[in-house]
Amino acid sequence: MNLQVEGLAFNYPCHDVLKGISFSLEKGECLAILGTNGAGKSTLLKCINKILKPQKGEVLIEKNSIKGLSGNDLAKKIAYVSQSNQSSTTTVFDAILIGRRPYIKWDVGKKDLEIVNQTIKTLSLEKFTLKNVDELSGGEFQKVLIGRALAQETDVLMLDEPTSSLDLKNQLEVLELIREIAEKRQITAIVTIHDLNLALRFADKFIMLKDGMIHAAGGREVITEENISVVYEVMVKVKTIDEQTVVVPM
Amino acid sequence: MLKKPKAQIEIEGDSIELYQKFTAKKTLLSLALLATLLVTSVFALNSGAFNLGSTDIFKTLMSIGSEMSSVVVWRIRMPRIMAAMITGAGLAVAGCVMQNNLKNPIASPSTLGISSGAAFGANIAIIVLGAGTAQSSASQPVVVNNPYLVAIFAFSFSMLATFVILMLARLKSFSPESIVLAGVALTSLFSAGTTLIQYFADSVQIAAAVFWTFGDLGRASWQEVLIMTLVVGCGMIYFMTKRWDYNAMDAGEDAARSLGVNVEQTRFGGMMVSSLITAVTVAFLGSIGFVGLVAPHMVRRLIGGDHRFLIPISALMGAVILLLSDTFSRTIAAPIVLPVGAITSFLGAPLFLYLLIRGGKRR
Repeated sequence: MNLQVEGLAFNYPCHDVLKGISFSLEKGECLAILGTNGAGKSTLLKCINKILKPQKGEVLIEKNSIKGLSGNDLAKKIAYVSQSNQSSTTTVFDAILIGRRPYIKWDVGKKDLEIVNQTIKTLSLEKFTLKNVDELSGGEFQKVLIGRALAQETDVLMLDEPTSSLDLKNQLEVLELIREIAEKRQITAIVTIHDLNLALRFADKFIMLKDGMIHAAGGREVITEENISVVYEVMVKVKTIDEQTVVVPM
Repeated sequence: MLKKPKAQIEIEGDSIELYQKFTAKKTLLSLALLATLLVTSVFALNSGAFNLGSTDIFKTLMSIGSEMSSVVVWRIRMPRIMAAMITGAGLAVAGCVMQNNLKNPIASPSTLGISSGAAFGANIAIIVLGAGTAQSSASQPVVVNNPYLVAIFAFSFSMLATFVILMLARLKSFSPESIVLAGVALTSLFSAGTTLIQYFADSVQIAAAVFWTFGDLGRASWQEVLIMTLVVGCGMIYFMTKRWDYNAMDAGEDAARSLGVNVEQTRFGGMMVSSLITAVTVAFLGSIGFVGLVAPHMVRRLIGGDHRFLIPISALMGAVILLLSDTFSRTIAAPIVLPVGAITSFLGAPLFLYLLIRGGKRR
C-alpha cells in the first residue's frame, strides 16, 4: 500500500469540515475526489500534506506515518499543486527548479539541473525554457506547476482542481499527462475535480465526499445516478457510449 | 534550403545549456554593476567642496599625502562613500525581502511605520530631552548636539514599531495583509505623536527635528560605518540562506508550504532582519526614501525574480543609486550639500513611475 489515510478529521472552531476520512491507494493508481463546493475536497488534500493540521487521524506512506516528518522530508514524499498559484517573473526553468528546493543544500547541483531538463522534455516545454511563467497560457502554466511537482520526485502527487481554468483540449491533455506519469513512474496521483465525465476518463478510483464524509468510494461502479443525486443534488442519467461511462444531466 | 532563424535554433538546444547561458548573463550584470560602483566611488572621492586633485588623493591613499588631504579623504569622503554603499545596499535588500515576504510590490520601510517610529523617537530625543540646539554658524544654524541619544531613540522606536507590527500580525498568522494594516496603523499613531510633540516645541527644536529627518550621509563616521556594515553584512548572509524559501514563496503560500517552507517563520525572520537593517540606517542617517523600492524593482525587471541573484544584485544596484545620488547632492550646488533623501526621492519618483508604466504596457 503506497498511501493510507486513516480517520482524518478537521474542523474550524464552529464548523466540522472533515469527519473521519479513510482510504488507501496503491502505486500507479489515480484517484479522483468528487463533491460539491465546500464538501471538503481541498481541505482533505491540505490535511494529507500537513498544510492544515488535522485534529484526528493519520497519513501513512509505505506504512510509515508522516507525522514526525519535517517539512523538507515531507516535500520529498508528497507533491501538491494548489488551486491558488501565483505566476511570477521567473522563467519556466526556474519555476520547475523550485521543485528541487527540498533537496538543495546551498546551490543547485548537476543532478537538479538534469532533473529539470528531463521534466521540461517530459512536458514538451522545451520552447518555453526561458520564457517567464506570467507570459504563458493557462494550459502551459498548469504544465509548469505539474513540472515543479514532478521535480520533487515524490511517491504521491496531489492536484487541487488542475483543470478548472482550462479549455477542453488542455483539460484532456493535462489529465492524460498526469495519468501517464502516474503509470510510468509508479506514483499515486490524487486529483480533485468537478467534471464527472473528465474524472471517469482519467481516474481508476473515486471518492465522493458529502458534508465532510465519504458517501461512496471505489471504482467506476460508484458513479451511479443515485450517488450523484445524493452528493450533487441533481438528477442525471449514467449511460455507456462507445464503452465509455458518461454522465448526462437531466 | 532556408536557414532556421537563430531564435529557433536556440530553442532547440539543451535546456541546461540555455539556462546556464542565461544565468551567466546575470553574473555579467553583477560584474558590470560592481565596475560602475568602483568608478562612481573614484568619482565621488574626487568630488567635494575642498579642492583636491587626483594626485593628492592618490598620495593620500598611499599614506604620503598632506595632513589636510588625509583628513578630507579618510575622515570625510571615505566614510561618506562607504556609508552610501552600505546604506544603499542595506535598504535595497531590505526592500527586496519585504516585497517578497508581504507579496506587496510597494512594501518598504516607510509603508510599515518603521521610519515613522524612528522619526518619533528622534523627536522625543531632540525636543523632549533637548538633544537639538541652535548654533551660530550661518551655513548650518541648527544642529543635533547629541546625535547618539537621537540615534538610540530613533533605533529603539523603530524596533518597537517592528515588534508591535509583528506581534499584531501574529494574531493573524503573519498574513501579509495584517502586517501592512498594522504598519499603516502604527504610521498614523507615530505621525500623530510627532505632530503633538512638535506642537509644544519651540522653533529651534522643531528646526533641529526637521533637520534630522533629512537623510544625510555626512553624519556617518567610521564607527557608524562599521556598525552598519556588520548589520547589513549579517542581514545579507541571512537573506542569502533563505533565498530558495523566498523563491518558493513567490509561487504562493501553499506552494511554498508544500515545498517544505515554514512560511510564518520565514516571514517573521525576513521582516525582523529587514526592519533591523532599516532601523540602524534610519537611526544613524535619517530617512532616505525610494532606494528600497526602486533598486529591487529595477533589478527584477532586468533579471527576473530569482532571489539567488536578485538579493546580491539589488544590493549592488542600491549601492550605486545611493552613491550616485549622494555625489550629485554634494556637487550640484557646491559648497552647499543638499540632503540626499530629497535627491533619492527626486530621482526615485519618476523612475518608479516609469517602471510602473512600462510594466503596465508589457502585460
